[in-house]
Amino acid sequence: MQDTAASSADDSLLVGADVRKNFGALTVLDGVNFTLREREAVGIVGPNGAGKTTLLNVLAGAYRPSAGAVYFKGGDVTTTDAAQRCRLGIARSHQIPRPFGGMTVFENCLVAATTGGGLSGQRAYQRCVDSLELCQMIHVANRRAETLGLLDRKRLELARALATEPRVLLLDEIGGGLTDEEANNLVDTILVLRGRGLALVWIEHIVHVLVRVVERLICLDAGRIIADGKPDAVIADAAVIDAYIGGQGAS
Amino acid sequence: MSTRRAFVVERWTRLSAGSTIAVAVVLAILALAPLLFDANVVDSLTTLFIYLILSVMWNALAGYAGLVSVGQQAFFGLGAYFAIQLSYYGVGVYPALLLGAVITAVLSLPLSLLMLRLRGGEFAIGMWVVAELARLIVVLDPVINGETGVSMIALNAINPESRRDYNYWMALVAMVVLLAAVFALLRGRLGASVQAIRDDEDAAESVGVRVLAGKRTIFVLAAFGCALAGSLWLATSISFQPRQYFGIQWTAYMIFMVLVGGLGTFEGAILGGVIFFLIEYLFGQTGVWYLVGLGAAGIVFALFLPRGIWGTIEDRFSIRLLPVGYSLRMLRSDPGPGSGAKTPQD
Ligand SMILES: Nc1ncnc2c1ncn2[C@@H]1O[C@H](COP(=O)(O)OP(=O)(O)OP(=O)(O)O)[C@@H](O)[C@H]1O
Ligand SMILES: [Mg+2]
Repeated sequence: MQDTAASSADDSLLVGADVRKNFGALTVLDGVNFTLREREAVGIVGPNGAGKTTLLNVLAGAYRPSAGAVYFKGGDVTTTDAAQRCRLGIARSHQIPRPFGGMTVFENCLVAATTGGGLSGQRAYQRCVDSLELCQMIHVANRRAETLGLLDRKRLELARALATEPRVLLLDEIGGGLTDEEANNLVDTILVLRGRGLALVWIEHIVHVLVRVVERLICLDAGRIIADGKPDAVIADAAVIDAYIGGQGAS
Repeated sequence: MSTRRAFVVERWTRLSAGSTIAVAVVLAILALAPLLFDANVVDSLTTLFIYLILSVMWNALAGYAGLVSVGQQAFFGLGAYFAIQLSYYGVGVYPALLLGAVITAVLSLPLSLLMLRLRGGEFAIGMWVVAELARLIVVLDPVINGETGVSMIALNAINPESRRDYNYWMALVAMVVLLAAVFALLRGRLGASVQAIRDDEDAAESVGVRVLAGKRTIFVLAAFGCALAGSLWLATSISFQPRQYFGIQWTAYMIFMVLVGGLGTFEGAILGGVIFFLIEYLFGQTGVWYLVGLGAAGIVFALFLPRGIWGTIEDRFSIRLLPVGYSLRMLRSDPGPGSGAKTPQD
């Protein structure tokens, strides 16, 4: 596995090398090789149950892979827990939002800025305000998070992840169920982040939104990468079309 | 991106500054209470301080860190037990009372390694099992005389009048120091971290929170606080019966105080402690019905006023007397970059 990291050490930021994940008898990731380069934005598509969220969990440290390794900035982080990975610069959002319900929106971000981001005092506050402004959440900053609707909960996932000052952002379906205008706003926000040099992995079913942001698309099916390349090429790939039509289909 | 707007983060309002002064005045009067009031009042206040310690500790544990324990009587009993042991081996009375709590806190550290692996209901029940085990082990100690119990004889050597005053001042200092410590911790980085753990442990980890360390700090602090409450209780009652000190009623009282006052609000735990003290003062002699009433009131609050009295007031009127949280206020004008930082006021 060492050479996988070494071979692309020049500008590879986050690497999953032959990642496998089983839950009991169920194989969910079946040897995934994944490399995210500095400043790169990669989209991940695939039918329901393909293992996209599981891959993200392995990259973020929420799950330990059954086999294989994960490297960040060339260092082996396979056994590094999620909290430590966050402090190293890997932030993530959750497919089903997981706000800190009893805390205000601002406090949600503050925890992220002080623990994940290692900031304190005014710098932490400033970081939170920046994240909340970018995600258009300033007007609800003092609301307890449990009172938010789904759209704001999804925005909070992004704002809270950003407050940790990440190098890599792992996004899991934050665009689902958005109106066209909301989706446009989201794309604008993500493009601002890309402009700041943030590297990005974005799982999303709404491909036409995704392709406005990412430069590379990966299609995952039944725990394997079946296509990886330029978005246009991947969308046109026969295997990808097959996976979607043959599988349960995308929502 | 967009122009930077100025903002202030308010942590301390004029109202809370006022309430801090009020607290200081009350404490100054309380410090002189043995000189001002008669013996009954002094005894009652000592009891109140012990209740306040228990209430604030359980609130820190369950209300802030999400560690719902029904076994805090383990520490209450152990604090008193170790004080008796130390006194038996010749340590002075008041040092023994304090050291009893310190030893309990030290023991709670290895215990936390075990217990904090459990989540939710498992942790709650697990703590109750710990309390029962602690009682069974303590009963085996020949010094304790089994279930009959024992008195802390050295306490009898002090003349009752001075003992009342010493107990009072020790309880007052313990309460003030513990409440101040909890308040400072909750206002600091740890406070926000443990609340995040309480609300969603995995999400907390995902933003970099050291989950185990955060829980452990609160667990050990609460163990120390409950143990000190136990040894203070011993100082006022002199006798120690395992069944009484390791009884689950202590946890029932703590839950009652916190639920009625307001789970997860600092002011609420204090309010709940005072309310419980008054209820006990008025109805404590009515035996079983008193306990039934407490239970019923607790359930009514849990069902119909889940944020307790203070939590409801806080929601309705946005009043914060002793705030541990943060409030963001954007300022209208935009004097340009670098203006983000303003000194908090108002
Ligand atoms: N913790 C778990 N325990 C057992 N099985 C799991 C677990 N997490 C995921 N799975 C299973 O792994 C498979 C892949 O799940 P995953 O959530 O990674 O899919 P996905 O590609 O994100 O799907 P979707 O598009 O619906 O979000 C599913 O069959 C799921 O039931
Ligand atoms: Mg998923």
